[in-house]
Amino acid sequence: MKYLLLKHYRGGPTPVVDYPPMDQWTPADVDAHIQYMRDFATRLEETGEYVDGRALAPGGAFVRYDGPGRAPVTDGPFAETKDLIAGWMIIDVESWDRAVELAGELSAAPGVGGEPIHEWLEVRPLLTDHLTTTE
Amino acid sequence: MNESLLRDLVPAVIGVLVRRGADFASAEDAVQEALVRALETWPKDPPRDEKAWLVTVAWHRFLDAARAETSRRGREVTVRDEPPAGPVPATDDTLRLYFLCAHPSLPPASAVALTLRAVGGLTTRQIATAYLVPEATMAQRISRAKRRIAGQRLDQPGDLGTVLRVLYLVFNEGYGGDVDLAAEAIRLTRHVAASTDEPEVAGLLALMLLHHARRASRTGPGGRLVPLAEQDRSRWDTALIAEGVAILQAALARDRLGEYQAQAAIAALHADAPSTAETDWVQIAEWYDELLGLTDSPLVRLNRAVAVGEADGPRAGLAALADVDRDLPRYPAVAAYLHERAGDRERAADLYAAAARAAVSVPERDHLTRQAARVRQLLQP
Repeated sequence: MKYLLLKHYRGGPTPVVDYPPMDQWTPADVDAHIQYMRDFATRLEETGEYVDGRALAPGGAFVRYDGPGRAPVTDGPFAETKDLIAGWMIIDVESWDRAVELAGELSAAPGVGGEPIHEWLEVRPLLTDHLTTTE
Repeated sequence: MNESLLRDLVPAVIGVLVRRGADFASAEDAVQEALVRALETWPKDPPRDEKAWLVTVAWHRFLDAARAETSRRGREVTVRDEPPAGPVPATDDTLRLYFLCAHPSLPPASAVALTLRAVGGLTTRQIATAYLVPEATMAQRISRAKRRIAGQRLDQPGDLGTVLRVLYLVFNEGYGGDVDLAAEAIRLTRHVAASTDEPEVAGLLALMLLHHARRASRTGPGGRLVPLAEQDRSRWDTALIAEGVAILQAALARDRLGEYQAQAAIAALHADAPSTAETDWVQIAEWYDELLGLTDSPLVRLNRAVAVGEADGPRAGLAALADVDRDLPRYPAVAAYLHERAGDRERAADLYAAAARAAVSVPERDHLTRQAARVRQLLQP
């Protein structure tokens, strides 16, 4: 079963630990955090559970159709939007429980002073696009 | 099996099929099929004559496809089965293929894909992996590109400028999947350089060699970016540097300066310096002036501000920065660096953080975040 792990710059439930933006950490803490994320992905590759993952830039905008012959309407970028996705990882695991276990590990990434950041990660099951016959 | 030897043969084999009367698009498809077959069968069953094997297999694929097409249309097959090869020399064929694949009517991404397949001899799957797109998408991109240039003849002179731009794009893509695109771009540029007499081709080849020579030192543990000033220069490839400098000097002696030669000259001055402090920044700034005269590119203007900052001090660099387009993704990073050197740490830290938000790659973003963190540390009482 495949799951999407969504990392948000902002959004989700109220943060448990109120940590400052990364550029206000010490360089060593920044390094430790980045290394933890890399090691996590590498470990999932080794266990055969990693599928894909990308980081997203904070910029961008909302876009919608505005009728025939008209240019699409754009809205944003927003400096203070409530929800901003920072990146995603797709994992392929045995069960929901395993997905939750892994998201928990990822959320334990070190922050200021090496303390876990406890950030909320959103875990969403991916729908398959084929019918599975069970009878 | 020597894959690079196999890839070298691809454009020549396409040339043979075209001379036998095949159209470029069908010939290229047939050779791609033969190439995939070769990669499967050669490791266990190597042919005695690689090129002859490829020509035979590709030609049969082409005939099969042409027959299927004509029977679909209810017409007779008109291509001859084994016409003799024409007298055109193979090198010329290949150069014409470069012109066709980098045709100015093609969007850059399509020209890159077609070049890598038809003259680079890479498989669709390898190209797709390198550019992180599904194989079917890459196959369609290549088919559409070939349809777009269907009316173009192979014997017309092409635009060398677009060929060089395509090769430089490939070079800058670096690694992707199991293919080293930078090395691939160098291999292809060597081919073009060998079959033309144009100083800019030599300039581009020199530029690539000089950049490639520093590659090992550009990345640290965990893929982190190591900026020029911190690179371990003992890890630079001196043989590649020597080759690049020799090629560049021969090109400059022809006295027909172009943007690639000017960029290579800057790269050569960096390669020649034992440290950033001992770099001839005055000469580098002069080369940027030349480059600006040749291209008037906003990115050159930005890089020139860095060089001026090193040559004449951060205040002069900041003055040079005033003429630069602020929307360039790397603008805040350069501004941060110059403000830090000018002593304005607070502003530098904010600019580094802004630069991280504007970064276009993960290693760059992480590097700039680290820089912001480092400067903020210095601000602590």
